[in-house]
Amino acid sequence: MAWFTKFLSSTLGRKLLVALTGIFLILFLAVHLAGNLQLLKDDGGKSFNIYAEFMSTNGLVQFISKGNFAFILLHAVVALLLTVKNRNARGTERYAVSSSKSSIWASRNMGILGTIILLFIVIHLKDFWAQMHFGAVPVVDYDGKQVRDLASLVDLWFAKAWYVGVYVFCMGALAFHLWHGFESAFQTLGLNHLKYNAVISFVGRAFAIIVPLLFALIPIAMFFDF
Amino acid sequence: MKVTLKIWRQKGSNDKGSFKTYQHDHVSPDMSFLEMLDVLNTDLIKKGEDPVHFDHDCREGICGMCSLYINGHPHGPLQTTTCQLHMRSFKDGETITIEPWRAKAFPVIKDLVVDRTAFDRIQQAGGYVSVNTGGVPDANEIPIPKKIADEAFDAATCIGCGACVAACKNASAMLFVSAKISQFALLPQGKPERKERAERMVAQMDAEGFGACTNTKACEAECPKGISVTNIARMNREYYSSVISSYEWQVGGGE
Repeated sequence: MAWFTKFLSSTLGRKLLVALTGIFLILFLAVHLAGNLQLLKDDGGKSFNIYAEFMSTNGLVQFISKGNFAFILLHAVVALLLTVKNRNARGTERYAVSSSKSSIWASRNMGILGTIILLFIVIHLKDFWAQMHFGAVPVVDYDGKQVRDLASLVDLWFAKAWYVGVYVFCMGALAFHLWHGFESAFQTLGLNHLKYNAVISFVGRAFAIIVPLLFALIPIAMFFDF
Repeated sequence: MKVTLKIWRQKGSNDKGSFKTYQHDHVSPDMSFLEMLDVLNTDLIKKGEDPVHFDHDCREGICGMCSLYINGHPHGPLQTTTCQLHMRSFKDGETITIEPWRAKAFPVIKDLVVDRTAFDRIQQAGGYVSVNTGGVPDANEIPIPKKIADEAFDAATCIGCGACVAACKNASAMLFVSAKISQFALLPQGKPERKERAERMVAQMDAEGFGACTNTKACEAECPKGISVTNIARMNREYYSSVISSYEWQVGGGE
């Protein structure tokens, strides 16, 4: 297996890890968004709570969720290792004048954007996931079924303007991260083909705008009580 | 034309360099950038000063010897080699900053001259084809579609100047390595070594200390030969399949 560990420590092997975990996290975002959108339903949070209860108790979902945590960490750690290597590759002396017009901003700042997203994930997990799993969330009764009322907790946080502001800002960072990351993942996988490039690019950019936008609209809508 | 030049001066690879400013009052817009430096050097030699060292050879844009990071761009503001850049691309009275390629794998030898032998070692690791002895093969013996031949030729136009490394924020050599892998991967002549080529060349690229591509595509925008990042995707495919399936044979083959 020496060849395999050698492969995973090569630049291209590490890039592959970042790309594959990135694509998994893109799929995760879509699923997470579908769940969150139920908060906008005018039913006192019932469908969201039933969904949240299912997600936090179902064995298969919990198994995938552990994998998801591992992939987030792997994505961040491997990207950090690559960033360190890349910084060293420039050498001790930096350019005095350097032009930026040959590449897009997001592509040059994936590390900063990723760090913002990682910090957001930590706050997000502390405020919602940890509360659901280890905290004391009030219980509601839906036709004799005891379900934890996560929606009320969400309501509480999204009534704070600063919290909504931070949330929306982080979704902006996510949008830029996806704008480059989606297309970049396919390029790294070697999936660059004239027949499909336009489709990958279009879907990637649409995803980068629509998904973070919908995520951000939820706290805004809840803050203003639409 | 008059220009102010801010040039990186460095005695040797172990010395500390710094910028030195020169006023150049005898510039014609028809001069090439290198001719402008020649005139500067003639003045410096007359004054008994050390001339500015820079790489150059064919001055026709085909050898890949010239370099220079001019005003934040490898080979200057146009998508061409420095030798094909003319002073009409600059304004009268402009301040032009000239730096060497900056990469750990390209150490400065003197002033603006960097050591690019790392590229040679990557080529030696796998950028070749087997040519066995025997009679001269017929030129059209192996059928190759024109489009494939053109695609391979486009990759082969890489002159190995290192502008991709200089332009990349990660000092990654992946555009160069991918062009060299592509020119063989596309053609039947490259088939004998195909399974090992990408693996060997990427391993050498990593060993030289080049960075990893983050798909910013700055290299493609700055490459004087317009090498496309499509080659990088091809290199990735070649590398993954190479890693998965290379070295299946048990005999050593003389190695």
